[in-house]
Amino acid sequence: MSVHVGQAAEAPAFQAAAKDLLQNQQLRRNVRHATEVIRNKRAKVVGETPDWQELREAARRIKNHVMRYLDEYLERFEHACTRAGGHVHWARDADEANRIVIDIVKRHGGTELIKVKTMTSDEIRLNAALEAAGITPHETDLADLIIQLGHDKPSHIVVPALHKNKTEIRSLFLEKMRLGELGESAEALADASRRYLREKFLRVPIGFSGGNFAIAESGSVCVVESEGNGRMCVTLPRVLISLVGIEKIVPTFGDLEVFLQILARSATGERMNPYNSIWTGVTPGDGPEEFHVILLDNGRTAVLSDGESRETLDCIRCGACLNICPVYRQTGGHAYGSIYAGPIGAILTPQLQSMEHSQSLPYASSLCGACYEVCPVKINIPEILIHLRARVVEQGYAPLTEKVGMKAAAMAFSNGERLATAEQLARLAQKPLVRDGLIRSLPGMLGGWTASRDLRPIPPESFREWWAKREKQA
Amino acid sequence: MTISLFITCYNDTLFPETGKAVVAVLERLGHTVEFRAAQTCCGQMHYNTGYPHDAAAMMHHFLRVFRDAETICVPSGSCVAMMRDHFPKMAHESGDAEAVRACDEMLPRIYEFSELLIDKLQITDTGAHFPHSVTLHSTCHSLRSLHIGDRPVRLLHAVRDCTFVELPRADECCGFGGTFAIKNADVSAAMLADKLASIRETQAEVVTAVDNSCLMHIGGGLSRRGIPVRTMHLAEILASTHAEATL
Repeated sequence: MSVHVGQAAEAPAFQAAAKDLLQNQQLRRNVRHATEVIRNKRAKVVGETPDWQELREAARRIKNHVMRYLDEYLERFEHACTRAGGHVHWARDADEANRIVIDIVKRHGGTELIKVKTMTSDEIRLNAALEAAGITPHETDLADLIIQLGHDKPSHIVVPALHKNKTEIRSLFLEKMRLGELGESAEALADASRRYLREKFLRVPIGFSGGNFAIAESGSVCVVESEGNGRMCVTLPRVLISLVGIEKIVPTFGDLEVFLQILARSATGERMNPYNSIWTGVTPGDGPEEFHVILLDNGRTAVLSDGESRETLDCIRCGACLNICPVYRQTGGHAYGSIYAGPIGAILTPQLQSMEHSQSLPYASSLCGACYEVCPVKINIPEILIHLRARVVEQGYAPLTEKVGMKAAAMAFSNGERLATAEQLARLAQKPLVRDGLIRSLPGMLGGWTASRDLRPIPPESFREWWAKREKQA
Repeated sequence: MTISLFITCYNDTLFPETGKAVVAVLERLGHTVEFRAAQTCCGQMHYNTGYPHDAAAMMHHFLRVFRDAETICVPSGSCVAMMRDHFPKMAHESGDAEAVRACDEMLPRIYEFSELLIDKLQITDTGAHFPHSVTLHSTCHSLRSLHIGDRPVRLLHAVRDCTFVELPRADECCGFGGTFAIKNADVSAAMLADKLASIRETQAEVVTAVDNSCLMHIGGGLSRRGIPVRTMHLAEILASTHAEATL
């Protein structure tokens, strides 16, 4: 089995990517503006929900329960979906999922595919697999279309093209849609994409979607969105394929009451998503004639097996943690090297794929806790980041200087006398570094601090020395 | 009341003035302060960086040293958060029943400095005099883990001649984050730049907080840029009286 998360295994370390992105002032302005707008909208609609904390707790409990009995609920889903005329496929990893999709498309003689609302397809690199098999995928979600046309990468879970502004999108459309002219308003851009996409909706007979929720009792799949392009994608084609991560299961239709309330508010700051599509198997004369669901593992059961970080799978991909994160706000999503960016990406990617390729991610946080506070399903992201940091160290990926430094500090902290001695030694050691009462430059890893910050030298007397003197005098 | 001071490792070494200020305030209020010289560190740096076993050794040491202390005062929000958020789980994982019991019994007796004043001693007016404009950086752990709310602000409001100026975007992290400031120095510096801009907006003379770690970060940035704003732990402001209220 080979698990990969998009191209995350080949991505540079967070620090390196962040360093480059911090130089891009336009991108930073775009990210800052967009996250601020969504954050404020979210705060408003959450503020007007009197039972917000109860909803969060309910969501957490439902997810907790599902994860505990996931095997049973998955089989229940398979049974119900099959009974309703759907076909259920199980994919252990990305390659298996891609093969299933390609087989279905080929069986129908298809050469094109219209796609919507499926970040998971980026996780398995479906588009590349399709193209290699001679099948052309068309992204139909507006933001995904912008990414596809620009050969770009998504930078946000909910708003993948958040790093682009209107002017940049306009020039992209002018070039890629081969338009002679195009207005500058958002309406003009929306109109251009509508014309471009509708031709595909009406022509391409095979559709592909993700799923926000898969309902075990009825075998239904639910997709929520803002544009209506998803609705077209899941209703117009003759054949529909939905790729759903196994963690997307909810037990009953009634559970959506909780999730549809918290998802829209957390994701886009709306009270409700403009389009909530829920479908069950196939219905003659109405919608697709053939429906396939691919239930994807790709590392998820491994996450499930660790009780300390299992709740990572509770994520409903609302992106609230990205919008609130002070780290994400500086760099945008590309720094995380994965389609799963921000705080949730920093804990999800290293668990899905091997730590070898994601050791920088658990450290891409100041542990400020803002993500945990906004998370609608109460995932304790800081706690899981710390848990994963211990895994990084345990698996031997920590730098040697850090390991030595931590060992030395642990020795010093083992009793009061040792700490007192260490303090005296540190005072001596700093002497060559102090200039005019300040430390402006430190060697090695510590140089990161003095690159932009001064350090006051260790004062001549520690508190414990002062206290001992005072005691003596008394 | 006898109050045992857990100064914390970095305050002991780098910010002894904060410890002296805590002692001054508590003694002025009529309490006895004790300092146990065997104390070291809460283990936060090790725990948060991925060295939980080293951190556990420090926790056990802390529990032994302070086992019989009646009231423990800690002038560092993040160290208190470390103890409240992680000690119970760490003690449980260590399989040491006595450590689990010690956590249960001791954690309710551990107070961050502003919590101690307001919740335990029921004091907002510490008799301080500080004729300067002050803004408050709400440190992440005191805000989101301890939920200390407006306690520091209430204490500042009671200080004579002190003008409190609210910090814009006060709930945003300053970018310190312990080893984050070194491991992700560039992003940390970018976050700090935002924080410094907010501090400048207030035109305050002093920026205060209940954590010297964040203040060390903010102060390092102010110093590098030559911005004439001083960083002071809340205890140092509350300790100043008429006689010594000059910057």
